Amino acid sequence: MRYLPLTEADRQSMLEAVRATSVEDLFRDVPKAARLAGPIGGLPNHMGELEVERLLGSLAAKNIPAGSVPSFLGAGAYRHHVPATVDHLVQRGEFLTAYTPYQPEVSQGTLQVLFEFQTQVALLTGMDVANASMYDGATSCAEAVMMANRVTRRKKAILSGGLHPHYRDVTTTDARFIGFEAVALPAAPTGGEDLLALVDDKTSCVVVQNPDVFGHVRDYTDLAAACQAKGALLIVVVTEALSLGLLTPPGDMGADIVAAEGQSFGNALNFGGPYVGLFAVKDKYVRQMPGRLCGETVDADGRRGFVLTLSTREQHIRREKATSNICTNSGLCALAFSIHVSLLGEAGITQLAQLNHAKAVQMADKLAAVPGVELLNDGFFNEFTVKLPKPAAAVVEELAKRRILGGVPVSRLYPGEMEDLLLVAVTETNTDADMDAFAAALSEVLA
Amino acid sequence: MSMNNQGRPSAIPAGAASFDGVTGTVTGNRGLQIEEPLIFEQDSAGRTGVDLPDVPKVASRLGAVKPRARVGLPGLAEPQVVRHYTRLSQKNYAIDSGFYPLGSCTMKHNPRLNEKMARLPGFSDVHPLQPVSTVQGALELMDQLAHWLKTLTGMAAVTLAPAAGAHGEMCGIMAIRAAHEAKGDSGRTKILVPESAHGTNPATAAACGYSVDAIPATADGRVDLDALKAKLGPDVAGLMLTNPNTCGLFERDIIEIAEAVHAAGGYFYCDGANFNAIVGRVRPADLGIDVMHINLHKTFSTPHGGGGPGSGPVVFAESLAPYIPVPYVTHGKDGFALVENAGEGPAFGRMKAFHGQMGMFVRALSYMLSHGADGLWQASGDAVLNANYVMARLEDVLTASFEGPCMHECLFDDRFLKGTGVTTLDMAKALIDEGFHPMTMYFPLVVHGALLIEPTETESKASLDQFVDALRALAERAKSGDVAYFQAAPRLTPRRRLDETAAARKPVLRWTPPVAAEALAAE
Repeated sequence: MRYLPLTEADRQSMLEAVRATSVEDLFRDVPKAARLAGPIGGLPNHMGELEVERLLGSLAAKNIPAGSVPSFLGAGAYRHHVPATVDHLVQRGEFLTAYTPYQPEVSQGTLQVLFEFQTQVALLTGMDVANASMYDGATSCAEAVMMANRVTRRKKAILSGGLHPHYRDVTTTDARFIGFEAVALPAAPTGGEDLLALVDDKTSCVVVQNPDVFGHVRDYTDLAAACQAKGALLIVVVTEALSLGLLTPPGDMGADIVAAEGQSFGNALNFGGPYVGLFAVKDKYVRQMPGRLCGETVDADGRRGFVLTLSTREQHIRREKATSNICTNSGLCALAFSIHVSLLGEAGITQLAQLNHAKAVQMADKLAAVPGVELLNDGFFNEFTVKLPKPAAAVVEELAKRRILGGVPVSRLYPGEMEDLLLVAVTETNTDADMDAFAAALSEVLA
Repeated sequence: MSMNNQGRPSAIPAGAASFDGVTGTVTGNRGLQIEEPLIFEQDSAGRTGVDLPDVPKVASRLGAVKPRARVGLPGLAEPQVVRHYTRLSQKNYAIDSGFYPLGSCTMKHNPRLNEKMARLPGFSDVHPLQPVSTVQGALELMDQLAHWLKTLTGMAAVTLAPAAGAHGEMCGIMAIRAAHEAKGDSGRTKILVPESAHGTNPATAAACGYSVDAIPATADGRVDLDALKAKLGPDVAGLMLTNPNTCGLFERDIIEIAEAVHAAGGYFYCDGANFNAIVGRVRPADLGIDVMHINLHKTFSTPHGGGGPGSGPVVFAESLAPYIPVPYVTHGKDGFALVENAGEGPAFGRMKAFHGQMGMFVRALSYMLSHGADGLWQASGDAVLNANYVMARLEDVLTASFEGPCMHECLFDDRFLKGTGVTTLDMAKALIDEGFHPMTMYFPLVVHGALLIEPTETESKASLDQFVDALRALAERAKSGDVAYFQAAPRLTPRRRLDETAAARKPVLRWTPPVAAEALAAE
């Protein structure tokens, strides 16, 4: 029990101080029928560090790490190279083991990081202000819809068929239980949907994604203007935050809210979490925004400092009238995001985004040259959809046997639908050899 | 000095930053306390902290979207970035550097073994949508974690999906709603929530479309059973109760409470934020609880990194087990399988993208295995012993709100400060100068000027004694009438008391380039 500092002698003297005969005596308010007599059954006793490493190591060894093979998986989670510096700094105990900065005088480190993170997110998305992070992109999207409902006092959201189906599902789950209408359009693998035709005077928002889940990049400038004319907000979702280094940002297109997944910067794949939700809005909506906010102020000596602010929107002040029930954010993941973006800087982020796009163009051409494969995208960033002559799930399974993680079958996201479609993502981590191996293996599997 | 300088550095005139009569330095630094400008104020244009390969020369294929001209980020070399974040880290208090007795938040030791395990490439470098045949170890880990959580709680089912405690609350209340809907019982519009509940409880119930009815506390800090029974009826969907409660006390009548809620046709939700007090000693299912979230970052030591990430698995008794969200792990014919989509059954939609906070699952299981059943028994015992010890050593100088024994945290109120002019907040700020993170203040709301202290099991007797001695001395000092001392605290921190009112009145939530900021100020 290396984590427990009390000795038996300590326990005895402390029990005397509290005038109890035993530790069990301190549990006397627990109904006797529910009190276990000793350590709970059905679980092993404690293990040493070496044993735990061995056990968890054996479980880890049963997985194929994406980085150990050519890997082309995306669909909302992207494998990018994270500089060693990021994880080193994140593991500093003063960041890792701090709590929510409720005492600003001894939390200026976390608070300044959050202020800088908010600024970086605002710059990347082209929006006025951002919050200090949400759980992930999908919950950020659902919160954006709920915020649009509050702002417009309307209760119908239109969800594009290009929206990631997990994001759609999280939003429609909330719609069912929280009580608003979410109209989700059918999947649009080649694009082309008339969102505006669905907007009426009950519509609070239209939710689109860029690049969309099939990889298409789109300009939403006209849609933003049209939504505004009808009193609805435009919510733009971004699942690949690196695309913001190259594409016209949602803010420049006129988005009211941007809900994004920030995993691409600084955060490992982690089998799906923890990730970091980004949330940015126009200035006028600041007080309707969910989640934590860090603001600048001065201390008693007039020096610049930072505090959590506008907490009157939040659950710990407003309780049942709160803007959202969110309490935790993704502080440490936001820190990783922020460090990675700081390392890249203006020049690095531009080059990294261009690199991803150029490699994806190369890969798309290689795959389109494989007999029977058809590329569905005209415009894309680092991810695109191909149509195969066979069910994609079976093809991916065959590729996995050859130790290539060859993309995400679209049917994994839409069960029973579009079984011949495959989503392929390419990042700076993919070498020319990886790309050639993938194209060659696909040719073999399809032959 | 203007209150609001749009994210730009405050000018620090030489000698102006005075401290206890000591004049300021030229740099604004104080020994090891280094002033660190914003990352945006350290820009050398064109600089980058990464080396990237050249971009292959291909025609871009961005469709109708134009490439953006500029983002507006600063450029720094790697050593500048390392120093920036290292210096910022040094302005933080953390459990690694000292005692963090935040009641209701549970700051215990974060073992580095957990970090090492979470960074094994077999866990950290797997994609959530890899073929399930290539992630059998990850699914097995989730299955093992589920087994631990079900065994420790005595519950029938668990979802690992929720991203945090409050997200777990949302999931639990959704399950309650789904169960009532499945029975065609639409008249239940109300959730009962005790006054002492975490603010997330009423916020969650309200977000899920329920009205919230508060239950008062008794003079001994528990739910008023008679008041509760009087509110139960066909309009009540459920009760949300924290146990041990936020006064640090075990709800003695909990079995009777559960029976009363069930008899009225409602479900019993338990906020499991305080599960660390009883983990391995009491199974919530044996208390009659239908559904409860568990904060892995509180009970099972996954670090909370300045406010997150969290992880909030939810356990369900048989009564609610069918109403869980996707995804979940099952045993298929070729090993472990993942159910990722809600089918025709009562299982409802999805709470977040992908499968939950896997990185936190690895850390929590690493902690559980390290402690084992015997270690968890000892850990909850030590947590409770430590809290009772702090209470016993302070009750002659502070005013304990309720009679003990307490569970893993002890509650005081501000009666001991009456007439001194010193507030609970002042006490907290004076504690900072003594090198301690303050306890939770002004919560729970059921007592005036609350001070809620949670030591946890990972504090030694020596660290508790040091804390108690400091707090006793401060209490004596407050009673001696030295108000000025408290009102000027903290004196020794990187920043003195911060003006939170000004921050809220005219929020400055980002840095703005100097030119734009000047234009803004001129408006």
